[in-house]
Amino acid sequence: MTREIAVVAFAQTDHRRTSDELSEVEMLMPVLHEVLDRTGLKTSDIGFTCSGSSDYLAGRAFSFTLALDGVGAWPPISESHVEMDGAWALYEAWTKLLTGDTDTALVYAYGKSSPGSVRDVLTRQLDPYYVAPLWPDSVALAALQAQALIDEGYTDEPALAAVAARSRADAQANSHAQLRGSVPHGEYVVHPLRTGDCPPIGDGAAAVILAAGDRARELCERPAWIRGIDHRIEAHSLGVRELTDSPSTRLAAEKAGAFERPVDTAELHAPFTSQEVVLRKALRLGDDVRVNPSGGALAANPIMAAGLVRIGEAAARIHRGESDRALAHATSGPCLQQNLVAVLEGEPRHVQ
Amino acid sequence: MSSEPVAVVGIGQTKHVAARRDVSMAGLVREAAQRALTDAELTWADIDAVVIGKAPDFFEGVMMPELYLADALGAVGKPMLRVHTAGSVGGSTALVATNLVRSRVHATVLTLAYEKQSESNAMWGLSLPIPFQQPLLAGAGGFFAPHVRAYMRRSGAPDTVGSLVAYKDRRNALLNPYAHLHEHDITLEKVQASPMLWDPIRYSETCPSSDGAVAMILTDRAGAGRAPRPPAWLHGGAMRSEPTLFAGKDAVSPKAGQDCAADVYRQAGIADPRRDIDAVEMYVPFSWYEPMWLENLGFAAEGEGWKLTEAGVTELDGDLPVNMSGGVLSTNPIGASGMIRFAEAALQVRGLAGEHQVDGARRVLGHAYGGGSQFFSMWLVGSEPPTS
Repeated sequence: MTREIAVVAFAQTDHRRTSDELSEVEMLMPVLHEVLDRTGLKTSDIGFTCSGSSDYLAGRAFSFTLALDGVGAWPPISESHVEMDGAWALYEAWTKLLTGDTDTALVYAYGKSSPGSVRDVLTRQLDPYYVAPLWPDSVALAALQAQALIDEGYTDEPALAAVAARSRADAQANSHAQLRGSVPHGEYVVHPLRTGDCPPIGDGAAAVILAAGDRARELCERPAWIRGIDHRIEAHSLGVRELTDSPSTRLAAEKAGAFERPVDTAELHAPFTSQEVVLRKALRLGDDVRVNPSGGALAANPIMAAGLVRIGEAAARIHRGESDRALAHATSGPCLQQNLVAVLEGEPRHVQ
Repeated sequence: MSSEPVAVVGIGQTKHVAARRDVSMAGLVREAAQRALTDAELTWADIDAVVIGKAPDFFEGVMMPELYLADALGAVGKPMLRVHTAGSVGGSTALVATNLVRSRVHATVLTLAYEKQSESNAMWGLSLPIPFQQPLLAGAGGFFAPHVRAYMRRSGAPDTVGSLVAYKDRRNALLNPYAHLHEHDITLEKVQASPMLWDPIRYSETCPSSDGAVAMILTDRAGAGRAPRPPAWLHGGAMRSEPTLFAGKDAVSPKAGQDCAADVYRQAGIADPRRDIDAVEMYVPFSWYEPMWLENLGFAAEGEGWKLTEAGVTELDGDLPVNMSGGVLSTNPIGASGMIRFAEAALQVRGLAGEHQVDGARRVLGHAYGGGSQFFSMWLVGSEPPTS
């Protein structure tokens, strides 16, 4: 793995509770234009395109095929799709760039949660024979995890409330966030999780451009170099997992080189306050690490794009010179079943 | 930087049938994966990462099933990717897996594709209403039949060609123990007498709905050196996509398919596909797509593909055998169908295809397509390692 790959541009929508007036393609188009404009590239300049989305949010099979129309895939392009969060699409694009086949990649992801009941929809990703028929919803499962953390003494309800307050205060500075400023911690949704412990339900899209080596330096003043990226999955059944820990996150972080030197920033995909507790522990993040300066998934959680947004936000801080070494994390599945960790670095700022 | 050579050292598939009521989805994929490991004489511990593909989640009613299948595929503690590129997904999934090896991120990767259509109803899954879009209403056949009719008009092909393909593929399937349809009493007359479904496509010229899974073990040069049986070597692989519907699209011979094949041939050093490629496993869900793809892939000039079929060139003992396994016409677990083409191509160059083996198959093309003829993935595998 000798090739250097960097995130050179990032764009996202304003994340909103509903976007009834927009199709997925219409929601995505401005983001694609924006990320291309940031580099001056056109669709035909891009060597590889990869996206992440889910048919179950759209409520129909092959929903991603229409998004391709938005990309403008003519003449035909080299393109692929993961039925996962866009963070994994970025991983696929990263391996493609490592092979040396191409120097640039466009990665995008989108999700509209507003047309359905996302708590019900997510039950369909559980074991279809033994668990899904019971319809245990995503908040209830996260609440089991939160209660386990409280029972083990890792956190308590006031500490969780503080995570929520900090995230939403930070989101004040993020014009794309769905929930900004002080938001009441609220009533219990599923004990011990209150409204403030849960992510907003919303629609949104994000896009990133990756480039290799000198191409990255041409396209971006301060590229966010991907020093390592890895992802790991755990067993599906909650009954065989230690819910208060995240061994898959720890292993992915180790393989990505996250523990070799301290990071100054971490963008964590923790849709629930309690999951930030688990991730901080697994990633050994101290209090000196700036966690979720964007407000994180508690401020905006466009499903299938939220993980890619974490990588984009971390990269954008490096682009702006606000971070030198940042960690970005994405998750999939109930109670943090699958986790991806990327380590991004900017070149030292005193070098012109 | 040159990429790592990739070898296929293990292949496993299930016996494809209309309904595998004896196994869960997890049981089905486990069976194929275990057979691939057995072929490679490897264990679950030898696998560094898993790449899984299938067609829409709606076909079984499970959202992102890779989460549930992690345990069954020995992926716990490992990286697991889930690819979905419509009907081409089986091919794309294999290519994503090859890139993990080519980039030297991982040494040995398990890739698998499946569909358990009996859990739901694919026709329903394809017919959900879409706001602001013309509905397909009649599944895939309703979409593709006009394109077949356009091909017949453009090429002047006699209307008997489609039945010849179906008759050939169903006879080939009799030699493949894993094929779904084993029609021992098949005759050309029976194909031609079968009911018209979507004019000009007859019932016997369409693919069945299957439950099934296929798995492959991909590894690097060092892994290939340890393989107990001959490996298949990757000589070229590519994906191409174009929009579903637009005025400039040629639905009979999409440019994405032509470009994808050209990229594969360039990588593999193929100057004349008709001469340099020994056999083809191509994605033919409706019989007329054999002559159409022969042209699209460069095996025949425009308007000439049907002549190869009619002359028997694509028969198992012909000069360019096509769909030796029986093809998609005989076995269609949709999300797996593309990877079955890739795996059958690899079996041929390994010399392990059994009764449907083509003598001396050294370079074989595996082909998949999906969506409204808009997604293409292909690979060319050889019995010898690539020279460059």
